[in-house]
Parts: sequence; structure tokens; C-alpha cells
Amino acid sequence: MNNHSYPTPEIIEVCLLAGKLMMQNGAETYRVEDTMSRIASAYGISQSHSYVTPTGIFFAINDSEPAKLIRIVERTTDLHKVVEVNEISRKIGRGDMSPRAAVTELSKIERGPLRYSNRVQLMAAALASGCFMIMFGGVWRDFPAAVLCGGAGLAAVQYFHRLVKVKFFSEFSASFLIGLLAALLTVAGWGQMMDKIIIGSVMPLVPGLLITNAIRDLMAGHLVSGISKGADACLTSFGIGAGVAVIISYM
Amino acid sequence: MLAQLFTSFIATAAFGILFHAPRHSLLQCGFVGMMGWLVYYWTTDSMGPVSASLLATVLIGIISQSFARLYKMPVIIFSVAGMIPLVPGGMAYNAMRQFVQHNYPQALELAMSTLMIAGAIAVGLVLSEVLNQIFRNIRFKPQR
Repeated sequence: MNNHSYPTPEIIEVCLLAGKLMMQNGAETYRVEDTMSRIASAYGISQSHSYVTPTGIFFAINDSEPAKLIRIVERTTDLHKVVEVNEISRKIGRGDMSPRAAVTELSKIERGPLRYSNRVQLMAAALASGCFMIMFGGVWRDFPAAVLCGGAGLAAVQYFHRLVKVKFFSEFSASFLIGLLAALLTVAGWGQMMDKIIIGSVMPLVPGLLITNAIRDLMAGHLVSGISKGADACLTSFGIGAGVAVIISYM
Repeated sequence: MLAQLFTSFIATAAFGILFHAPRHSLLQCGFVGMMGWLVYYWTTDSMGPVSASLLATVLIGIISQSFARLYKMPVIIFSVAGMIPLVPGGMAYNAMRQFVQHNYPQALELAMSTLMIAGAIAVGLVLSEVLNQIFRNIRFKPQR
């Protein structure tokens, strides 16, 4: 145990900020709780209770301090931030960082820009779409079409997400656009297998991280988090499916 | 075959970028995805997609856990990009297509298979973790 003693509110602040950052950027619930209690015990608090859900975190330390709540509004996937928080928690665990320094570092991470720019992400999505199309049994002739559709799909999601804050709508419109583009390209003779092009291009939108995390949370006994993440994933998949379904029903 | 190896590596590494994985972990992400897809691709004809997905995810989990310990990073960075190719997107698409075209029996059949594969992926992920825990506990027991 540490022989420094820091004021409890500061320790609570570090824990909550670390937890919030991890939850916002796509960590599993058990990892968030584990990190929070590790930080607390590194600062000499042996007993802490945290209740983590995808929309808010409650954190309580001994009897003298009231429990605190932090709200999580927006959730994205930025695994790099998860890694950075992880490194800070390791540092705290070694006793190399005071709560005040940790808060500064954590807020720096919070404000930090995304690891990869939008353009790099678009290229990655486009490339991934083409590759997935081949993996799922497409032909190389369709590669440009899949690249185009995949890139357009991600661009549409990013654009619509800035325009309206309803996640369902942006996913629906993006997959609608993918379906439309794939159908047009097929009709124009640029693509042969419309189905494969659509499947490949839709892959960057699939909520893979949410599905994995939902399962992991459920198995770890975090039933509330697991079910809400699962519902989120279902809604996303439904949005993607509905967008494409509109197109195929008119084909 | 070579094309499959190549595309699965590129596709999973690209997914690493979409998830903002750290730059120096992208190659490992691609490797995990490639191994998973390789196993799936080899075994899916003989075992069926459900068992093949299970096997592939167990492997992905084991490799990711070793990488996580090796590079001191959360497991999720490696495992999540690796399992993306196994997500039954194509089958879900076909199921939806049948639903839209009012072929309900076929659509339900495809939807059930999709669920089975999704379940297999889930079981695979948990199984690899359980294996890891058992392995660690057995190794550390004599020291206690």
C-alpha cells in the first residue's frame, strides 16, 4: 500500500475520468471496473464500488464520501485512447503518478484528436470493403466497385452523423446509399455480383466491437451493460439491414 | 488461396484503423485476422460454418491473449479486428433478402443459421478466455 495519502475527492475524480474515457471509447465493462478499482487501491483505498453501464458510471469509496455519478452521452470506438488510459493506470499502479498529474494526463487524452484522420479512415474502409468482397467469394473484376461503395458508405455515415444525431438514421441512409450505388454500378456494367459488392461494402458499418463487448459483458455477469450493448448492436444491424432491404425490394 | 490470405490480412488491418488501434499494433491485428480466416476457410467445407467459426474464434482468442501479454495492451485490440471477418454478414444479408422477397421459410432458416454462427463466435471467445484462465491457474497453483 502507498504511504502517501491524497485527498479522497481527487482520487474519485481520477477514477471516474479514467472510467469514463474507457467506456466512451469502447472498452469492456469488466475492464473499466477493474481499472477503476486498481487506481483506487493504488492510492491506498482498499474498498471501492463501481457500477458501470454504457450510459453512466457510479463510483463510491468508503463511508465518508458520497457516491458520485458521471454521465456518458457519446460512445465511439477509439481503442488507442483505451490503451493510453491503460498505460496511465499502470503508471499509477507502480506509484509513479499523483492524482493531480493523472487528471491532467487523462484530460489531455480526452481532448486528444482521433488517431487516424477521416481520410485515412475512408481509405481503410474502402480497402477493407474490396478485400471482404474477395474473401466472401467475389471476383477481382468487382474490386473497384466494392472499394467505391465501401468508401461512400463510411463517408455517408460520418456525414449524416454530423448532420443528425440519430445513429439509426445515419446507418440506415448509409446502407441505403451503398445498396443504391451497388445496384447502379451493376446495371451500368461496372460490377457483376451485386450481392457480394453490398456484403463487402456493408462490413465497415457492422457493429463488430459492440457485439463482442456485449457478449463479453454478459458472460462476465454485467447483465445491464451486456443487454444494453446488445440492444445497441441489434438496432445498428437493423438499420443497416433495413437500408439495404429497401433497395433489394425494388430490384 | 494466396488471394484469401492477402485480402484477409489487409481487411483486418484496415479494420484496426477503423477502430483506431495504435499504429504499431496494426500488423498484429492483420496477423490475427489472417490466422482466424485461414482456419475458417480451411475447415468450413468439412465441418460446416458453425464449428468452423467456433474453431477460428478460439484460435483468435488464444493468439490475441498471447499478444496482449506480449505487447502489454488490452486483449480487445487484437481480438475485435480478428473476429470481424467471421461475423456472418453475408448470411444475414441473404436472410434479409429472402425476407424482403417473401420467402419466409428460407429466410427463417438462414436467420437461424446466422444466429447459430453468432453464438459460436461468442462461445469461441469465452472458451479461449476460460482456457487461458485455467492455464494460468494451473501454472500458478504450486506457488501458493
